[in-house]
Amino acid sequence: MSEVLAVSELTVSFPSEAGPVRAVRGMSYSVSSGEVLGIVGESGSGKSVSALAVMGLLPRTARVGGSVRFHGRELLGLGDRELSAVRGKGISMVFQDPLSALTPVYTVGDQIAEAVSIHTDVSKNEAARRAVELLELVGIPEPAIRARAFPHEFSGGMRQRVMIAMAMANDPDVIIADEPTTALDVTIQAQILEVLGTAQEATGAAIVMITHDLGVVAGFADRVMVMYAGRPVEAGGVDDLFYRPRMPYTLGLLGSLPRLDATEREPLTPLEGSPPSLVGLPSGCPFVPRCPMRIDVCSDTEPPLAPTADPRHTAACHRRTEIEARELGPADIFPAPLVGAAAVARLPRESRQPVLEVRDLERHYPLMKGVVFRRQVGTVRAVDGVSFDIREGETLGLVGESGCGKTTTIVQILTLARPTAGTVVVLGRDSARLDRGERRALRRNLSVVFQDPLASLDPRLPVGDILSEGLRTHGVPKQRRNRRVGELLRLVGLGPEHASRYPQDFSGGQRQRIAIARALALEPRLVVLDEPVSALDVSIRAGVINLLEELRARLGLAYLFVAHDLSVVRHIADRVAVMYLGRIIESGAVSAVFDTPAHPYTEALLSAIPIPDPRRERARRRVLLEGDLPSPFDIPSGCRFRARCPRYAALPGGLGARCREEEPVRLPQGADHDAACHYPPAPAAI
Amino acid sequence: MAIPTDPILFDLDEAAALESAEAAGLSRGRLVLRRFLRRRLSVAGLAVLVFLFVLAFLGPYLSKWDYRSHDFNAFLEPPSWSHWFGTSQIGEDVYAQTLRGLQKSLIIGLLAALFSTGLAAVVGASAGYYGGWVERVLMWVVDLLLVLPGFLILAILSPTFRGRTWLLFVILLAGFSWMITARVVRGLSISLREREFVQAARFMGVPSWQIILRHLLPNMSSLLIIDATINVGGAILAETGLSYFGFGVQPPDVSLGTLIADGTRSALTFPWLFLFAGGLLITAVLAVSVVGDGLRDAFDPNAASPRGRL
Repeated sequence: MSEVLAVSELTVSFPSEAGPVRAVRGMSYSVSSGEVLGIVGESGSGKSVSALAVMGLLPRTARVGGSVRFHGRELLGLGDRELSAVRGKGISMVFQDPLSALTPVYTVGDQIAEAVSIHTDVSKNEAARRAVELLELVGIPEPAIRARAFPHEFSGGMRQRVMIAMAMANDPDVIIADEPTTALDVTIQAQILEVLGTAQEATGAAIVMITHDLGVVAGFADRVMVMYAGRPVEAGGVDDLFYRPRMPYTLGLLGSLPRLDATEREPLTPLEGSPPSLVGLPSGCPFVPRCPMRIDVCSDTEPPLAPTADPRHTAACHRRTEIEARELGPADIFPAPLVGAAAVARLPRESRQPVLEVRDLERHYPLMKGVVFRRQVGTVRAVDGVSFDIREGETLGLVGESGCGKTTTIVQILTLARPTAGTVVVLGRDSARLDRGERRALRRNLSVVFQDPLASLDPRLPVGDILSEGLRTHGVPKQRRNRRVGELLRLVGLGPEHASRYPQDFSGGQRQRIAIARALALEPRLVVLDEPVSALDVSIRAGVINLLEELRARLGLAYLFVAHDLSVVRHIADRVAVMYLGRIIESGAVSAVFDTPAHPYTEALLSAIPIPDPRRERARRRVLLEGDLPSPFDIPSGCRFRARCPRYAALPGGLGARCREEEPVRLPQGADHDAACHYPPAPAAI
Repeated sequence: MAIPTDPILFDLDEAAALESAEAAGLSRGRLVLRRFLRRRLSVAGLAVLVFLFVLAFLGPYLSKWDYRSHDFNAFLEPPSWSHWFGTSQIGEDVYAQTLRGLQKSLIIGLLAALFSTGLAAVVGASAGYYGGWVERVLMWVVDLLLVLPGFLILAILSPTFRGRTWLLFVILLAGFSWMITARVVRGLSISLREREFVQAARFMGVPSWQIILRHLLPNMSSLLIIDATINVGGAILAETGLSYFGFGVQPPDVSLGTLIADGTRSALTFPWLFLFAGGLLITAVLAVSVVGDGLRDAFDPNAASPRGRL
């Protein structure tokens, strides 16, 4: 193993109105061939900027200092022509968004062939042949045909495979992957990580994996570096970092992750506050405002990255030896809140009233074609027979990949209009048979929190007006309204003085708190949460999740929690429903579904979620799914999961016919657990 | 199960709630006003505008001349103590005429701009927000008005309206200048309609017209304010053109537009015929645009405030 890339004391700053933005403030690392280095950090921690600096891809206005050596040769200060010889050949990069990284007007094959022929003197045919080879290597079926397709004909996961194929086209020594799986679904993420592994085997390259997801690096990286406010704050072997973290920030991050492998519901340890601004950073440790272990010296001098007991494991904390000596864990440093359960949630499920009942809900869209003579060429079956119910004080997690119809389902519920087919019953009222007054009254009892708080809060309205909008609509007098705004802000951990500010003056986590406060303004019975934490930074998520749990206990709310992140669902939900192509294919109590999944799709989803535990992660055997989610325009006959089903593929001869012809219905698999599969695994204990 | 209909609104902490009653924050109106008042230049612009109004309506009483009267002892006299702004070819007092013109033009300009932008905002936002047949009908009207030559129509209609109130004139002037803005507003509304904050309001049960007023229009206030500012100048000048067709302000009545139109011919030889009217027009339009800028920044939370941030 030889050192291929060595970065030392890298600094990057950008000019801005308010002063220089010091995006990277001294970062050093090196990687050897065949090694995987994970760089973990929140948005704005400088992880992506540092990668771009290595590649020489930063805008001209950026000031870069320090040194980047590739095979001993200094890259910083090289001209564009010399760097171009290294980029793609020696160091290549995989970007986060594969759609914008591919040129839409050239075929995929041509683009890979171009990457090949730029650096090696090969004939056109030779380059095209190599492109097909590469596509095959990254697992694209029928590569010779697909090479002639354009990027828009590929799904997100397929495009990312193409990007990886391009990155490995010239046998690079280093592959930098910048959040390669962030834009993808979990099952696709698992496939892409597998492909990256293949790419590494084929090229023997070193991989620098940049991500915000500790789970992803746990199983994939050999060494990990944690970034905070433009500096690495802890670095070391993956096991050291995950099992013996020494910097409070790392500890906080680990403690704030909801885990799929948690057996009982423990409260998450939230990291209060948010990352600092990189303009005019005060002296001292940037983590001080959020650190429960701060002492006086922390505010004066910034601790250097210094070795702990193990010299290869370094941490930037004045109190690292103390943390080490006392073996402090996340729960020791960060006080976790105690969350009780609402009185209503302690009753047995049968004796609680249902707040929402959805029966055979369908939403079909006509697919039209033609400009002059519009004709219907098919039907998009976005939601195709969904049934579930939610009782008082209960949380149902609705999970599935993007495109499975989750959002359409909740929009159908929230509009309170007559669906294409099926019924939506809210608090005992059928939405198809409501008059205006009843619908208005029902709206008070049903509210929503969207994924992106910046988009869901009117940027031109002060927070006070945002919160009182619903109250006003439902005729609450002004005086009471004003008081209620203060109460609501307090309820979600903000202050009444925040009422006259605009949403943009708040951080992401605070904005989501405001959105939650708005949803609670009218004392709803059911809150629909549409991916409420997935747009937030890792360290802020735990705080919002804890808040949601606390509110549920305090106000006896019922949640419909829509998410693609199963670990969050496991943490917060009581029951879970798994959706696939417009149908719920498995549902039941969280423990039943997560511990003994009966449907192969649930199994695959669960096994695709990375666990922030390196040893367990390495030992796991993944159920990898073939291909992508089929289009809801063209739903396969019989079982809709058949084409991707590992269980179907393994069925002996005659048994498969049932899956092809007959659509499975949800059958009980145990107490409060049902699944729609013709061949569920033998139930362990019924 | 019964749906709880009247607000119960739990009190979490009675003491805290009482304390927070005053601190519940300023509403948008108060906040925008405060932000506007913090901009000195815009407040100065507003003061100039108020001054112009006072001048236009009270100023004529200071002079002994009326805009209709003629002084047969002074033809084309330069400004003097008896005729502050000089006199015209037939002995009219330019001061009296200019202020009379200012009266007309200020009202016509501001009202026409408000009507035109207001109409554009309401029609465009309704078309964009409601969609369906509302959109088709409204856009059909817009497109029809766009292809009709407005000036020609006004010229043809003018005999019918001769001698009627100037308000009708304002309405007609606005009626032919709002369509393009309405189309732009519709486009913006269509994209805003899909934004989550609009959906959130809809799911809360906020009525459509309130969504349009509270969410859609404020989010395009920059466009609307700029449009209104431009329209003020545009309406004042358009009125000149229409007066030529014998419609609008007719002699012996005057407007800034007609004064400027008459004065330009002798702008170099007898500058007082032109300078005062022209200067006041420029002052008025500038003042309006400075006020517009201030309003735009006051509405836009992204605009940096000169003194502190709320």
